[in-house]
Amino acid sequence: MTHYILRRLLIALPSLLGISVILFTVLALAPGDPFEDLANNPNVPPEVRMALRAQFGLDDPIWQRYFYWLANMIKGDWGFSFVSRIDVDTLIMQRLPVTIAVIGASQLLALLIALPVGVLAAVKPYSWFDRIASTLAFIGFSLPTFFTGVLFILFFSIYLGWLPFVFRADIPGSGWPWLWEHVRQSIMPVTVLGVFQAASWMRYVRSSVLDVIRLDYVNTARSKGLSERVVINKHVVRNAMIPVVTLIALQLPQLFGGAIVTEQIFRIPGIGSLLIDAILRSDMPVIMAVTFVLSVLVILFNLLADIIYGWLDPRISYR
Amino acid sequence: MAPARLGKAVASVSPGVEAWRRFKRHRLAYMSLFVLGAMVLAVLIGPLIYKVGINDIDFKARLAAPSAGHLMGTDDLGRDILARVLYGGRISLAVGLAAMLMAITVGVIIGAVAGMARGWVDAALMWVTDLFLSLPQLPLLLLLMVLFRDPLKAAFGLEVGIFLLIVLVIGGFRWMPVARLVRAQFFSLREKEFVEAARALGASTSRQVVRHILPNSLGPVIVAATIDVAAAIIAESTLSFLGLGFPPDVPTWGRILYDGRDYMDLAAHWALFPGLLIFATVLTINFIGDGLRDALDPRRVL
Repeated sequence: MTHYILRRLLIALPSLLGISVILFTVLALAPGDPFEDLANNPNVPPEVRMALRAQFGLDDPIWQRYFYWLANMIKGDWGFSFVSRIDVDTLIMQRLPVTIAVIGASQLLALLIALPVGVLAAVKPYSWFDRIASTLAFIGFSLPTFFTGVLFILFFSIYLGWLPFVFRADIPGSGWPWLWEHVRQSIMPVTVLGVFQAASWMRYVRSSVLDVIRLDYVNTARSKGLSERVVINKHVVRNAMIPVVTLIALQLPQLFGGAIVTEQIFRIPGIGSLLIDAILRSDMPVIMAVTFVLSVLVILFNLLADIIYGWLDPRISYR
Repeated sequence: MAPARLGKAVASVSPGVEAWRRFKRHRLAYMSLFVLGAMVLAVLIGPLIYKVGINDIDFKARLAAPSAGHLMGTDDLGRDILARVLYGGRISLAVGLAAMLMAITVGVIIGAVAGMARGWVDAALMWVTDLFLSLPQLPLLLLLMVLFRDPLKAAFGLEVGIFLLIVLVIGGFRWMPVARLVRAQFFSLREKEFVEAARALGASTSRQVVRHILPNSLGPVIVAATIDVAAAIIAESTLSFLGLGFPPDVPTWGRILYDGRDYMDLAAHWALFPGLLIFATVLTINFIGDGLRDALDPRRVL
């Protein structure tokens, strides 16, 4: 097992390098210049600007800059944000927890909706419950997150006035009221993301359970006299989850996209809004680091999916 | 299955007719076809009939709710939202179609080459495909939009430049599933007897691909293409919604929604109508894709 994980990590390395080369090349072609402001500032002589450019290595050839960046990245030096005037890793560490909390909670919500609904729909295919659930799922994943977010704000914040629509990271106070405020402001973003995910996952769960439930071993389990509940929970669902795990892992890059949009709608100070700010102000080190961190997360979660397979399906051997 | 078919008095019908018959059984898909058709017609000929300019400013009716004069109300400058939505629909649909065409073309070519060549070419192409699949798409989309906006604007003019950029960028990130699909189809089809027969008759590789393998692998590709149109429309709206798509004076659906978002307490209709249109378009396209999936898969029993 350890051997397998190590080997997978080794396979992931060239992909990570490939991604970093693509990102770096795209960024190096960028017309934006982090010292552009200085060019328009009469108090800063051009020599100073040139010296700054040379100091940060902006005049070197691209490949040289890439290896310089790679070496620093491995050493743990992620660069310096020209705009925010702090180290990139501190900046990312400030923003990452909020994003992970919102994404994590929404994934949990999606799982809690998709798993039972998908299984129930597949156990009685083409029943009323199945039809309603499938149609709702179709509607759910045709609703773009930015529109659901707008609808939620319109209904719950403006019309009913129940929930705040601007996310605040610096809520004063402590204890239960503080926690309650955090939960209250997270309800809308988490629901928007979670419902969207749940809609597509429910379809995966349903079709996968439908594939498994007709197999012979399920009939065997039934004829042994096991209760329907045990058959479904222990025999069907566990095997049906195998393809679902792959699909969920493959969808992760899209999830980060959804998170960026949600953070933008509800003004959540997470990594997505950091990225958009950085892009708009051409703050290259931050853009590079954030996109790279997102890619690493995607690859890590794919690895995690492979490990979960082995747990779900002992037939898969890790060699 | 075959004996049952023979027993029926069904005259042999062409696969197209048979597919259409099966498609019509999917009631939601069939209905969606008409709804989508009506929307496409409205967008195409609407501006010819509804003669309100997209930039006509009516200061007397700023942020006006929907009324007989302005069927979908007006925005903060008193511009008619119906006119803007009709105009924006053309762009949104055009972006969706063009990005889909690009994604399908690239995907089919890469999948076909990988499926026919096998060996190291296949391995290399699939590595690239997997690499693209694990790229964080939206961040890169945003980045490319910002980086190449100005050069393309300078080269092709404002609207055409941004249009090209959006289509290239969205299409460039959506070909991977198609490539995998086509490759898998090629792997199974190239070993089938009818292809072997063609090979035995001396058909060249390109003839085998174009005449025999490709037409038989198109079913799933058509389904993927339909769903790609919806995905591309969402992607374009997302870019516009984040303020990084078309410029403010080009009213695509996503852009109108983005502009209207800040006035939701005063004029909810401004954000609601474009949002509803995006939703309706995407929903009907997805339903049609679902219907096509049923119709084009001959193994599926309806």
